[in-house]
Amino acid sequence: MEGTATAALEARGLAKLYGGREALRGVSFEAGAGELVAVIGPNGAGKTTLLSILAGIVKPDGGEVRLPEGGVGWIPQQAALYRRLTVAENLLLFARLEGHEDPRGAAAEMLELAGLGERRDEIVARLSGGNQQRVNIAIGLLSRPLVLLLDEPSVGLDPRQRARLWEFVSGLAGGGTTVIFSTHDIQEAERYGQRLLVLADGESLFDGPAGELREAVRSEAPEAADRDFETAFVAYLHHRGH
Amino acid sequence: MRWLLLKDLQILRRSPLQAVLLVVYPVLIALLVGFAISRGPEKPRVAFLNEVPADTRVSVGRQQLPAAGVGGRICARVECVAVGDRKEAVEEVESGDVLAALILPEDLIDRINSLSTLTPRTPKVEVLINEEDPVKAQLVDERIATLLARANLAIAQRIVKEGSRYLDLLIDGGRFRVAGVAVQILGLRATAQILTALEPALPPGPLRTSLRQVTSFATQARDNLDVATPLIERLAQPIEVRKEVVSGSSPPLEIFAISVAATLTLAFVVVLLVAGSLALEREENAFPRLTRGLVSPLGLLVEKALLGIAVGQGVTLLMLGGLQLFVPLQWSRIGLWLLAILAGGAALGAAGGALGAAAREVRAVSLLAFMVTLPVALLSLVPSGAIGGGLFDLVEIVTAVFPFKPALEAMSAALDSAGPGIGRPLLHLAILTAAYGLLARLALRRFAAV
Repeated sequence: MEGTATAALEARGLAKLYGGREALRGVSFEAGAGELVAVIGPNGAGKTTLLSILAGIVKPDGGEVRLPEGGVGWIPQQAALYRRLTVAENLLLFARLEGHEDPRGAAAEMLELAGLGERRDEIVARLSGGNQQRVNIAIGLLSRPLVLLLDEPSVGLDPRQRARLWEFVSGLAGGGTTVIFSTHDIQEAERYGQRLLVLADGESLFDGPAGELREAVRSEAPEAADRDFETAFVAYLHHRGH
Repeated sequence: MRWLLLKDLQILRRSPLQAVLLVVYPVLIALLVGFAISRGPEKPRVAFLNEVPADTRVSVGRQQLPAAGVGGRICARVECVAVGDRKEAVEEVESGDVLAALILPEDLIDRINSLSTLTPRTPKVEVLINEEDPVKAQLVDERIATLLARANLAIAQRIVKEGSRYLDLLIDGGRFRVAGVAVQILGLRATAQILTALEPALPPGPLRTSLRQVTSFATQARDNLDVATPLIERLAQPIEVRKEVVSGSSPPLEIFAISVAATLTLAFVVVLLVAGSLALEREENAFPRLTRGLVSPLGLLVEKALLGIAVGQGVTLLMLGGLQLFVPLQWSRIGLWLLAILAGGAALGAAGGALGAAAREVRAVSLLAFMVTLPVALLSLVPSGAIGGGLFDLVEIVTAVFPFKPALEAMSAALDSAGPGIGRPLLHLAILTAAYGLLARLALRRFAAV
């Protein structure tokens, strides 16, 4: 499947079945370099399945994915790290497993990037949820991926930690990394996502900027067009039968 | 893979309780087994009253037997508490200070001596028992019964031997002393010869016929008494045990005990460590991240098995080192020990991997590992004949599909230079390693699923 010349990632006609249930039904989308794409939708929409397929953890039953040669960084919803090791030991371990020529240098760079330099020798289990998530993201970035996939990265974080997280992620996108994140927080998606991919019951309902989604609401559910974004989004889903 | 191994060792080091247990457990087992092997079973306390005069001897016929040393023999098997009279013996038993009292009456030897006379009296000993502790009471009962059976056998053999001498004298003749006076006995054989020689000198008639009858009787009596001697000897010990090993070659008891302790330690350490560390990868959510190209699922399994083998090797050798304090081990065979631990560890590690991949959660894995390893280990120690044939066949199948028994056989073979070869258990372990490795790999397909 041909994509646009600037697309860092393309997915076409992705389908996934779990038993008799269709988790994804012909989902297609693409993302450009440095783009921040928010994947939103109700529970069971297929957000985690889509990200898992893009990450290569789950094999699709149909469709295809084209990924950049630099690989894809994947940051699961729950921190995937060793809580009895220190921050630095975790980064050093994964840098070694990634095959870095200078694993200590790579780990030190990620410590700096994630703002965890002062906590490098702390056992991860003793860190706050927000800081654990930062370590989780730093590990995902060790491979210097061109595309970064984040599955509900802000779950469990307090507002201050969320702000720091999005500042960090926005900085990565500003540096050219394509960031695709799923979230239940519609306001967060509107605020940080340059594009929104709306999924419901495994289908792709919308793919575009937040402003276009609001326009779509105005035409399909005008009574909710001037309400807050979350209410407008719920009305849109309702109008589409979800 | 080495970085994952290093990581697991770091995590193990960060868990002080686990690390301490891994060191303390084998040392504790080694001490327990060592004490058990070196001390032997506890002797029950028994009050002992010997009223037999010190200078009396058992005599059979005209022969006096050497002093039996009955007191010494009994006290070698039970802890004797010397008492002065029967009343004191009863008090000791009633107070519970001893489990039983054994009283040898004053006329015991006289009665034994009467057995070879025309007026035999049954020798008797008295046993007073405290059955407060039924297990120990049974032990005392059995030991005293064994002692008496041995004493009875020894006396019977002496009597039979003396009786056989009389028969020989009756058949072949010879000199015999009665009250210090030597008496010449003609014997049946010589009697028959004399009578046979006399017969031609008598004229035909009733006297000659009678002589012939007497000659015939003497000959028949001699022949039949010849047969009677071995029959009487058999009476003393009618059943003789002839032991022949037709299958298997059991190691000395202490080596077998060490093998069991070492294999049990190896099994628990390896199975728990491999299964637990694999399940931990899932609980830490690291499994999907690792298997996204950093390490293959099979590579992860091999790494966990290596972790189990390395730690199991260290812990088992530590335990064998501890046991060396109690039982001398052949350290020249250390190469075979390491081979047995390596092969056993690999198979147990593969089984641990399969358990870990199937159960997936650390707590469930720990429980499952105990629930599988402990019963299989116990079943592996059930000897043939202890249970019914069909049930034993089932036990054989169960123990053959889990690596504990072949690991135990390999360990016994490695420790015992006179034992069976190590080849067959090693082959068995290799097959189980491959089978459980395959099962573990299949189970990992759904390992990351919620």
